[in-house]
Amino acid sequence: MGINGSYQYKSLLRFTTAGSVDDGKSTLIGRLLYDSKSIFEDQLENIARSSSQLGRNEIDLSLLTDGLRAEREQGITIDVAYRYFATPARKFIIADTPGHAQYTRNMVTGASTADLAVILTDARKGILEQTIRHSFIAALLDIRHVVFCINKMDMVGYSEEIFNQIRDDLDTLTRKLEIEDVHYIPISARYGDNVVGQSDNMKWYKGKTFLRLIETIKVRKNKDSGEARLPVQTVIRPHSAEYHDYRGYAGRISGGTFRQGDEVVVLPSMKETRIREINISGKRLTEGSTGDSVTLTLEDQLDAGRGDLIAGKGSLPTTGQEVRLMVCWFSEKPLRKGSRYIIRNCGNESVCIIKSIDYRININTLEREEADLINMNDIAGVTIKTARPIYFDSYKKNNTTGSLIFIDEGTNETSGAGIIEQAEI
Amino acid sequence: MKINNEHLKELEDEAIFVMREVAAQFERKAILFSGGKDSIVLVHLARKAFWPARMPFSLLHIDTGHNFEETLKFRDDLAAGLGVELIVRLVQDTINRGKVVEETGVNASRNKAQSVTLLEAIEELRLDAAIGGGRRDEEKARAKERFFSHRNEFGQWDPKNQRPELWNIFNGRRNPGEHFRVFPISNWTELDVWQYIFSENIRLPELYYTHRRKIFRRHNIYLAWAPFMRLKPDETVFETDVRCRTIGDITCTGVTLSKAGSLKEIIMEIAATRITERGGRFDDQRSDTAMEDRKKEGYF
Repeated sequence: MGINGSYQYKSLLRFTTAGSVDDGKSTLIGRLLYDSKSIFEDQLENIARSSSQLGRNEIDLSLLTDGLRAEREQGITIDVAYRYFATPARKFIIADTPGHAQYTRNMVTGASTADLAVILTDARKGILEQTIRHSFIAALLDIRHVVFCINKMDMVGYSEEIFNQIRDDLDTLTRKLEIEDVHYIPISARYGDNVVGQSDNMKWYKGKTFLRLIETIKVRKNKDSGEARLPVQTVIRPHSAEYHDYRGYAGRISGGTFRQGDEVVVLPSMKETRIREINISGKRLTEGSTGDSVTLTLEDQLDAGRGDLIAGKGSLPTTGQEVRLMVCWFSEKPLRKGSRYIIRNCGNESVCIIKSIDYRININTLEREEADLINMNDIAGVTIKTARPIYFDSYKKNNTTGSLIFIDEGTNETSGAGIIEQAEI
Repeated sequence: MKINNEHLKELEDEAIFVMREVAAQFERKAILFSGGKDSIVLVHLARKAFWPARMPFSLLHIDTGHNFEETLKFRDDLAAGLGVELIVRLVQDTINRGKVVEETGVNASRNKAQSVTLLEAIEELRLDAAIGGGRRDEEKARAKERFFSHRNEFGQWDPKNQRPELWNIFNGRRNPGEHFRVFPISNWTELDVWQYIFSENIRLPELYYTHRRKIFRRHNIYLAWAPFMRLKPDETVFETDVRCRTIGDITCTGVTLSKAGSLKEIIMEIAATRITERGGRFDDQRSDTAMEDRKKEGYF
């Protein structure tokens, strides 16, 4: 399972949707659910009733996703909403992220678990500041598949020329951001053109419809480098007569493959041993790979616990106390040089101090600029110093061991997300 | 019947991961057990997550007093078989203490009163994590729920101020008196749950399969008849073949006219159905934001 291989059809595809206010994101999802017959009768009756109460002339499909009272009253989406639908080809989980206030926070959250990102742009407006921001975040979070839906084609006379212009502009942007796999589809979410069915209004478009594309796209199953990693969540000790000396290390494999008999190293103690057994619920497995929740037993009795990391021998992570990160900041309290936070990386918690703010990303130009403090929704390069050594990979190598969150010591709130670049040497 | 269940493996891995995080991050934790299929699946997942050790959770049932007999027996047998502690708290006790006023009228239900009993139990048992079988596909307010959902010292949910959940890092840090509701099967749909029950061969109460029952019709929902149900003048009780699509309080859980007597038949019925699971629940039909309003107060 190397970095260059293991593309496959997954039966479960997680995608995130992003767009500016009024780009028609909720309408697209509503249309997708409606045309793929994933909406139930009682849901449709509910939104039909709500649409007429709100004085709309036709059924407003955005009401399917805007569920909370305040959202309906204000016609906005407040928080990441998760939607589910399935076709005979695949099951889909949609993280629908709103485009207005707290946009970075919401999109980063939705994107952190996504295989694919859908970014909407308004055909009348082309690339906006938010389009750049969303594309940048998709690239930052290492989402390799991005689908741009050029929406509201009905309002520009279904013009091929306008579509081509926006596609060319986006192509320049995504090349700069080094996004691996990019698709462009001209749609009208409101009327359903190229969402589920092929559009009669845009015969010039020969590509797949949106649904057909997400049903058939091959995604990389494992976003990892192939180096074996198991962050220990908890130790299973039954204390029963039958399993008197049993000591199982429970966790979800976050990289590579572990096989029975493999030589492993346990961090931070650096003790070496071999895997005796891999099991889940008493079922013995010959191997376990990325994504599997398993329990490992080891040949030697070690004093390992939560927060420790079991790694394949010969492919150890980096250990260090100074780490360079890209930070997405979520808190109203700005990030400053010298401030203290708790960081959590896998099951590991440590106190850290912000050693330096190296730069802030200007989201319009994607240039780096100097900054003294980092505000909510900013993205910045930061160096932290941890109270004790932590072990990690770069995010590009491993999305799990390469990511962390910042927690405010006073309020316990999650204040920001960190994407590890590399250790400061 | 061939079930494409590759996606179930990923959902199971995720749920087991969440269960283990609860075990590691919290001190006193319980599974909110109703006797319904979702909570039965939770118990099954917890058993798998900690094998060969016993699951580090007790089972907490908030009993409205309006349950199907069979559900209660199933509950007792399951807890005894697992050797885990079963804690039952009664809505009737809360009513007797005057903490909540019982609803009156034909639509009277103890569904809302359950929230009060639940919060009392969480405080009494000093729980810092209550694991629930809530799924995001059930209802639009639940679609915005986190895996680790923070509750303040009053047990309330603030949907506008939730902690962002990134990757699989769950932040369960809390102050004394606060607790978390945790939803390991957030990403499952109703069909996923049934397919999982089928592929894991999980035993369910017989109520989920077709059986003869006395029922009556109220608006567009069929409700099971029980001695404490009050009928309107135009409502009549009749007996027919039904099954429960959800199991909860009798006063507000509708039954489905069905002859599905096996898991395969149920899965085919659900795959073809055009009404959502909660569309048959009287408690959600009270208003468009009924679930959101109850959740803010501390509901499941």
